[in-house]
Amino acid sequence: MARSLITLPVSVPRGQVFTVRVLLQHPMEGGFRVGADGRVLPRDIVRRFRCLYDGEAVIEAELFPAIAANPFLEFSVRAADSGSLLFVWEGDHGFYQREQRSVVVT
Amino acid sequence: MTKPRPTRRQLLAVTAGSLLLRPAQATPESLAAALRDFSGGAPLREGQVRLEVEPLVDNGNTVPVSLSVPGLPPEQVQALALFTERNPQSEVIRAQFGPRAGERMLATRIRLATSQQLVAVARLADGSCWMQRVEVVVTLSACLE
Repeated sequence: MARSLITLPVSVPRGQVFTVRVLLQHPMEGGFRVGADGRVLPRDIVRRFRCLYDGEAVIEAELFPAIAANPFLEFSVRAADSGSLLFVWEGDHGFYQREQRSVVVT
Repeated sequence: MTKPRPTRRQLLAVTAGSLLLRPAQATPESLAAALRDFSGGAPLREGQVRLEVEPLVDNGNTVPVSLSVPGLPPEQVQALALFTERNPQSEVIRAQFGPRAGERMLATRIRLATSQQLVAVARLADGSCWMQRVEVVVTLSACLE
């Protein structure tokens, strides 16, 4: 289980737009670097990120090796009802991680 | 009758050629292909999308970038993407927005292999595609070291 850091406001007024920042601990090895033994280090990246708000999509992103290590993403969500935000990362070698946070709409 | 065997000279020429042909970085052709793949063949026009990045990058290992479409209502923007001209692979990120998204913006941190041009593209609901090109200078390069 990789460490993740998710930042979102404690509560949001209904209809307002708020910013979410997510950071995941991951090497994002691009598959282009040569290791100490002279061989190319195999690719190991997070390929897909999704954010769902009560089951409906907020953003779906495809990541490529040019994303820096410990992928950071910042995006914006419109507050509708109190509910949950689900974050899912999928990557090479069966990498899968999901995190859930609740949103309080006032 | 047997076919003439390739001479040592021919074999060496082929090997050297294949070494030279290996792409060490994305080429303008692969960038064009990646752009075409994202836009679905729609012509790319300059404007609408805004790409924010420092023009002088000290460290190519982690470069903050931000993409947005400031002048349009959010529902009109379907997807945003970022491409590079001379990284090993042209694509950097492609993002599609769902019904729950707020403003159509996306910020992340990327790697840059060398001084080059970045291309941000926005695909709108009507199928049109808009882009902005930004030239950046990179001091410490990433991806390959």
